[in-house]
Amino acid sequence: MSTACEELVDPKQIKLDQIIDKHKHGNGPLIPILQGAQEVYGYLPAHVIKHISKATRIPVARIYGVVTFYAQFRQTPVGRNLINICLGTACHVRGGAKIVETIEKELKIKDGATTEDGRFTLEVIACIGACGLAPVISINNEVHGRLLPESIAGILAKYE
Amino acid sequence: MAENQRILVCAGTGCASSGALPIIDILNDEIKRQGLEETVSVVGTGCQGFCEKGPTLVIEPQQILYTRVTGEDVAEIVEQELIKGERVERLLLVDQTTQKPVSLMADIKFFAKQHRIILHNCGVIDPKKIEDYTARDGYKGIEKALKEMSPEDVLEEVKKSGLRGRGGAGFPTGLKWGFCRSTPSDKKYIICNADEGDPGAFMDRSVLEGDPHSVIEGMLIGAYAIGADEGYVYCRAEYPLAIKHLGIAIRQAEEAGYLGDNILGSGFNFHLNVFEGAGAFVCGEETALIASIEGKRGMPRVRPPFPAVSGLWGKPTNNNNVETWSNIPHILRNGAEWYGQFGTEKSKGTKIFALTGKVNNTGLVEVPMGTTLREIIFGIGDGIQGGKKFKAVQIGGPSGGCLPDDMLDLSVDYDTLMQAGAMVGSGGLVIMDETTCMVDIARYFLNFTKKESCGKCTPCREGTTRMYEILDRITKGEGKEEDLDTLETLALTIKETSLCGLGQSAPNPILATLKYFRHEYEAHIRNHKCPAHNCSALLSYTIDVEKCKMCSLCAKNCPTNCISGDKKTNTPYVIDEDKCIKCGTCIDKCKFGAVSRA
Repeated sequence: MSTACEELVDPKQIKLDQIIDKHKHGNGPLIPILQGAQEVYGYLPAHVIKHISKATRIPVARIYGVVTFYAQFRQTPVGRNLINICLGTACHVRGGAKIVETIEKELKIKDGATTEDGRFTLEVIACIGACGLAPVISINNEVHGRLLPESIAGILAKYE
Repeated sequence: MAENQRILVCAGTGCASSGALPIIDILNDEIKRQGLEETVSVVGTGCQGFCEKGPTLVIEPQQILYTRVTGEDVAEIVEQELIKGERVERLLLVDQTTQKPVSLMADIKFFAKQHRIILHNCGVIDPKKIEDYTARDGYKGIEKALKEMSPEDVLEEVKKSGLRGRGGAGFPTGLKWGFCRSTPSDKKYIICNADEGDPGAFMDRSVLEGDPHSVIEGMLIGAYAIGADEGYVYCRAEYPLAIKHLGIAIRQAEEAGYLGDNILGSGFNFHLNVFEGAGAFVCGEETALIASIEGKRGMPRVRPPFPAVSGLWGKPTNNNNVETWSNIPHILRNGAEWYGQFGTEKSKGTKIFALTGKVNNTGLVEVPMGTTLREIIFGIGDGIQGGKKFKAVQIGGPSGGCLPDDMLDLSVDYDTLMQAGAMVGSGGLVIMDETTCMVDIARYFLNFTKKESCGKCTPCREGTTRMYEILDRITKGEGKEEDLDTLETLALTIKETSLCGLGQSAPNPILATLKYFRHEYEAHIRNHKCPAHNCSALLSYTIDVEKCKMCSLCAKNCPTNCISGDKKTNTPYVIDEDKCIKCGTCIDKCKFGAVSRA
């Protein structure tokens, strides 16, 4: 009988419950729980937020307040590869806008959107602190620096 | 070879993304292949500071610097440098003034003119090894404090040192600690603000990545002086390597007995937690940061009560940033008097700056307070890229201002910069040359602050958006004469009526550029021209018939097909201004310099 039950339980949900259990008795558990949940699901779907609310007894409204406040949290699924284009000051003065333009043109999507095939999600962010290499982008946390518009296509081709 | 050598490979975020990590493995393999493993060791270090030229590596003890090293260069370096003792000339840095290669760090302007106290371990030790830190007097400061000094003595020493907060405002650190210490409570917290949100600043990231134990030791000393037994490091999630190194360091410090209960048998307890931020610039403000740790929206609140009285979970809390904390061990180890010899009368010690933008040597630079901007930009930074003309230096991030060339001899300290309409801030120095448009820079910062405004105070929430809209119009050539007055009125209102530092300082980029570069605003509004040739809507492109070789490259690459002409019929190439979208492709493609923009 236990095997039948296990098949019914979503493995992601098991992970989520482990995360909630780990944090819920500590002080200020909400943000670490949301970060953990996003790592498991890739984003924060409505049913996950409701589940967290039930388990922690934090009202859904308060959770939404936090989710919408911080840039890190997303409520839509993310593509297979996440491109963060840095537009910090150093990248801005060294031609970061041209990089944004080139990538938007190449992928035919705007900041915040995901390509139709789900291959890339594009996000313009403020600074990743690699100013010495400006202009930079990071794809799945891998930093590419000293970029020229013509180097973009080659870099994107490496990500499936 | 007689002496032992160490090869320090920079593995900080900058060099790692330039490809430094595989070099460490290739070096180790090559050294083994050549049978040198007895005398040569390879160390992956934190940021050496010279990101522009990365990946960098340093050969010790000679202190020879190699730049832009790749895996293919490794065999040559081992053969030439380690076996024959000769330089690999093509990998040496070229001095921009003499155009000659330099090999010794003491001869390289970027390093020779710095004074590294806070960064003295960064790029030298393996940040993942506590023994590397203790071998260079690490944890001697807390040992001295616990064994020889009372908490009051420690507090006095920090007060006497004259250290001021490195996060921006420059509040005296000892005084701040004193407030928290004198509030009676059963529980107190200390916080390390590592939410380095200023675009163009990365000193805190580098210190956490390259010397995390120095921050832990600083916090330990602070907790002892204040009477706190628990601490948080609030670190940006955008800094994964810093979070990783800090986590390793905390575990090692716990195992070595520097963190936990009854530290070094003294009866003093201190526990340290890491909190990952979730991406909100305003959380750099201390009351917003505290709200964020408590799991709420990171919005600032009215002070008083100050966090020193009622902070995290309502308990007295002291908050300093990464660089401030990492000053503390040095003050304890060497004494306040020693510390006081660096800097100016009112701004003591050294400050780390992130030198970026259009400068030859970008990277992390530590100099005594009071050094001039000229010395930093033209001495250490070796001047402007491509021999262009210096226009301005943006200092202090979105809260700071832009200073023009006649202010280059200003002393960089808290009070001088504040008077000039800028601020030390976290220490970002972004260098701008003649091709940077100052209206566009103001627009850039307002775009940033309008996005990051938490929305609590109407003047900041609405005002930054209105100011951005005006600036955006001006850069598109749609500015009106009265715009400048409107901008000034809005700026002063927002400054006066916002609750937190973000709102109060959000108009600074506009006020500073209006003060020093008003003529650029006027050129945009009155003449519809961008003097820096940066704002694309205000540009016009023309083809010089004399220089044009009729190769048709511009016409073929033009995305709107607005260039026409024909070599066969000898019809000169011209640009149809009505169809031109000012993308600049023609100017980039022309090999003869025949296209010009005005």
